[in-house]
Amino acid sequence: MITLLILLVPLVASLACLMLDQAKVKVFALGTSLVSLGITVYAFTLFNNDIADQFLVNYWWIQNLGISFKAGMDGISILLVALTNLLLPLIILTSFRHEYKNANTFYALILFMQFALVGVFTALDGFLFYVFWELALIPIYLICLMWGGNDRAKITLKFFIYTLTGSLFMLAGLIYLYLQTPGSHSFDIDVLYNVTLSPVAQTWLFWSFFLAFAIKIPIFPLHTWQPDTYTDAPSQGTMLLSGIMLKMGIYGLIRWMLPIIPQGLAEWGNTAMILSVTGVVYASCMALVQNDFKRLIAYSSIAHVGLIAAGVFALNLQGLQGAMVQMIAHGVNVVGMFFIIDIIQRRMKTRKLDELGGFANNSPIFTILFMVILLGSIALPLTNGFVGEFLLLNGVYQYSAWMALVGGLTVILGAVYMLRAYQKVMLGEPHERSAEFTGLHQTEKIVLVAIATVIIVTGIYPKPIIYVAGPAIEDILAHVKDIY
Amino acid sequence: MVQFAWLIPMFPLLGFLLIGLLNKRLPVSLSGGIATLMVFLSFVVSAVIFREVAQDGSVPERVVLFDWISVGDLSIPFSFLIDRLSVIMLMVVTGVGSLIHLYSIGYMHHEQDHPRYFSYLNLFVFFMLLLVLGSNYIVMFVGWEGVGLCSYLLIGFWFKNIDYCNAAKKAFIMNRIGDLGLLLGVLLIYNTFGSFGFREVFEAARNFPENSEAVTAICLLLFVGAMGKSAQIPLYTWLPDAMAGPTPVSALIHAATMVTAGIYMVVRSNVLYVLSPGASEIVALVGLATAFFAATIGLKQNDIKKVLAYSTVSQLGYMFVALGVGAYQTALFHVITHAFFKALLFLGAGSVIHAMSGEQDLRRMGGLKKVLPITHATFLIGTLAIAGLPPFAGFFSKDEILAKVWEHSPIMFFVLAVTSVLTAVYMLRLYWLTFYGEFRGTQHQKQHLHESPATMTIPLVVLAVLSTIGGFIGMPEVFHTPHYLNEFLAPVMWKVNHHSASETFEFLLMGISLALLLIIMFATYNTYVIKNVMPEENDKDLQGFAKLVANKYYVDEIYEALITKPLNGISSFVYKFIDQGFIDKLVNGTGTSLNGLSGVLRFVQTGNIGGYIFSMVIGIIVILVLTMIL
Repeated sequence: MITLLILLVPLVASLACLMLDQAKVKVFALGTSLVSLGITVYAFTLFNNDIADQFLVNYWWIQNLGISFKAGMDGISILLVALTNLLLPLIILTSFRHEYKNANTFYALILFMQFALVGVFTALDGFLFYVFWELALIPIYLICLMWGGNDRAKITLKFFIYTLTGSLFMLAGLIYLYLQTPGSHSFDIDVLYNVTLSPVAQTWLFWSFFLAFAIKIPIFPLHTWQPDTYTDAPSQGTMLLSGIMLKMGIYGLIRWMLPIIPQGLAEWGNTAMILSVTGVVYASCMALVQNDFKRLIAYSSIAHVGLIAAGVFALNLQGLQGAMVQMIAHGVNVVGMFFIIDIIQRRMKTRKLDELGGFANNSPIFTILFMVILLGSIALPLTNGFVGEFLLLNGVYQYSAWMALVGGLTVILGAVYMLRAYQKVMLGEPHERSAEFTGLHQTEKIVLVAIATVIIVTGIYPKPIIYVAGPAIEDILAHVKDIY
Repeated sequence: MVQFAWLIPMFPLLGFLLIGLLNKRLPVSLSGGIATLMVFLSFVVSAVIFREVAQDGSVPERVVLFDWISVGDLSIPFSFLIDRLSVIMLMVVTGVGSLIHLYSIGYMHHEQDHPRYFSYLNLFVFFMLLLVLGSNYIVMFVGWEGVGLCSYLLIGFWFKNIDYCNAAKKAFIMNRIGDLGLLLGVLLIYNTFGSFGFREVFEAARNFPENSEAVTAICLLLFVGAMGKSAQIPLYTWLPDAMAGPTPVSALIHAATMVTAGIYMVVRSNVLYVLSPGASEIVALVGLATAFFAATIGLKQNDIKKVLAYSTVSQLGYMFVALGVGAYQTALFHVITHAFFKALLFLGAGSVIHAMSGEQDLRRMGGLKKVLPITHATFLIGTLAIAGLPPFAGFFSKDEILAKVWEHSPIMFFVLAVTSVLTAVYMLRLYWLTFYGEFRGTQHQKQHLHESPATMTIPLVVLAVLSTIGGFIGMPEVFHTPHYLNEFLAPVMWKVNHHSASETFEFLLMGISLALLLIIMFATYNTYVIKNVMPEENDKDLQGFAKLVANKYYVDEIYEALITKPLNGISSFVYKFIDQGFIDKLVNGTGTSLNGLSGVLRFVQTGNIGGYIFSMVIGIIVILVLTMIL
């Protein structure tokens, strides 16, 4: 029931947005996103850590094809739903000082995006998962296309085709998998988990799934759509993409790849691991030489998720726990970072690092909040980033010390590019135009303070996240270990 | 009372939050007072706990605050370890810390941004206390990285000056290079011994064979961390630059406490280092090289703080030599005495700079003895202590290091002995140039010369007293008095070499070093006061070795050419020609060629939204139909 509610609230709200008055739509969208958040909190209070697939809804959709509308949550799902529903109100709040044209459509698409994302994270039927996966692409594509920057037509098209291509591989894989199910075939996740596959089939499936998920995450060298799209999308679009949507890829790896094709992973996981950690160093180096602040964070995001993917491919408890903690940490931090860029850009009409500088004088509160978010993203202890990065590195270390060393370079490189950016923006003599940098507005303060609070609270007390994710991860690993 | 150990870091944390949150709403004079009070309260609690541990306890006690990270069989509680090593460090950190806080009230009173300064300083003490209190490597790491952050924030305190900001950034990044080593070492510890907890790791290690690969790797990786934090070759170049920060910060963070964290960590891990003589030898050699090279650089620096900075690097090198030869207590002994006399010297230098309206160049000073009587007297004590004149504190700890090194390797002893001669030379040069001769500053500076206020001179006097008597906690055996420090630390050490040098050697060493010191005093007095030899106005006039030394062996330039430039150059190249050039072109090319081949894709690429959604729906239907047929 709760699962249905969490799905339906944003869907209904999205449709309602289309009919509302332009002036009221912002507040309405914020209100409904807070309702979703409330329901999620309520779901947490009901959540029983000992039972898999809770809040299950299961209806036949197309019965003779074995397709059902089956959705529910285990520890992994509920955490990602929580991330989505926590970030949504914040993302909507960040838009409060923007006046977008066609605001109705804008907010309707954001809420529809929420619906699709929650669907991806809760679907327990292969076909349903695929439908939500593709549904999520449509609103974000439209948001980027209609409210994006100058190059939006070309860039969004590339983004669209790139990710759609990946999805098609996944679809092919899913159908193949479906055809291997016994009896009258089924897309039910429990059935898919128990399909017996030949090693060759596992290899093919590995690559078809890997392509889809790796493009979404993105894993090097399938990343080139990402910096362009992040840079060109409107701020809220970038936040949705980087904060939540890329977690679809990681989630896909964990839920739909690990348990289904463990042998494929045993064979090809090392390749994936190498690509992931290469991406960490590669993207960090790219971030070093960016002058556009938004593009810099886009590359840093590739580096961060590269390490998350490496933790997943390590196929051990700590790596996966690290991935869970870091997905949430990265989501929160990257939204904060993109909002900081938004705040600067709206005031200064530029986000080129060499045209900024000296803002530390103007707004001490902004300086401190920026610093806290920065510390979270460079994984300083007692911030959320540290817990995730530490567990990830520990997981990767158990897989291979050398991989941990290469991936661990993010400890150094992250500090180099983030402190460079911070210095270029905040420090130095006041810039000739930096007087135009006014202090924070109320809504801006609320968002940044909320994010900073989450960064520190989950850094000091990550226990609830680890506790909730634990049994679900062990379930997943049990499927992987079966094979060995 | 030990159970209340959490109060010790809590006070400065409270101070940080209070000052940070109230900020400008706080009366200007109050923030310094609150900050000082908080650290002093920590000192009081530390003292009470110290007494307790000194009286009854060799039993270390663990204070668990909460369960921080636990995943499967990995469990990291946020907990403190109260044992004889940590209480000694607590006393040094909170004791010297409160004095420097007090001093800061006077030193910073011209500054605008009081709350920011004092909140950072309190935050630093908080993290430093976590570092020494942590009962496992991860909590120690929290403090370890935290002090690095505070160091960054305080070096760049005057953030409008971009050079200062660069110095701060450099410090943080070099520390992070070390931190990666430390982190990997800690991960290796976990994967070798199955725990992060000090007690568990060392217990397991005691049954380990000597010279195993894993332990050697652990020791070397931990040492990489120590190289960063404690400024050893090759990661030392940040420390001299760190002098960009306010002088009390240099005294507290970059002399007395933070930079000794590496030594603390090795002492803490002495069980592991005992197991790896190979790694220990490397520690000794790196320490020796650092001690020597930094001392030579110190000879030719003209900035009063730079001289002290290189002297710190050099003294830290001493400590690592001691660690490398297995004299862990001796290293800690030098940590303590160094904290006293180096904090004293930095604060004294601060007092001079304060009087000179911000001037730091030795060539502009001179004759300050008369105008700054207290500063002069205390600075003299500091100079004699670091130069190693008995009975000042530095004499005992330095002599003990030399004696221990002699047993290990006469060659190392010789290099280290030369280094202590150099130390005496550059420190006395500094002293004569600052306090004797004619005043060489501007008329404006001359008019403003004044002795510092009481908030600054009281810490100077207290530290001078400590620098005078501090050495008595570790008298050499020849005097037949107990070595209090060694006795006190015995429970936290595993196998320590208790061999002591022969009495003849001890007396010989003392005699020779005393004689040498007197000669150096006379010679430097002759050069800098009687003959009034001044350092060159322009470094370009220097020749040969002097030029090399004055330019710090061009290490910064070498790093720039070998690491910074290539990293940026290669990254730019890759970005332009591979990321945007090759990979992206390849992707676009795939799209274009498909586009050429396929009519369907051309339809897709019309940019028509309806088209996309339509095709997606069609696609889904096609799939459904297909599966029905199949």
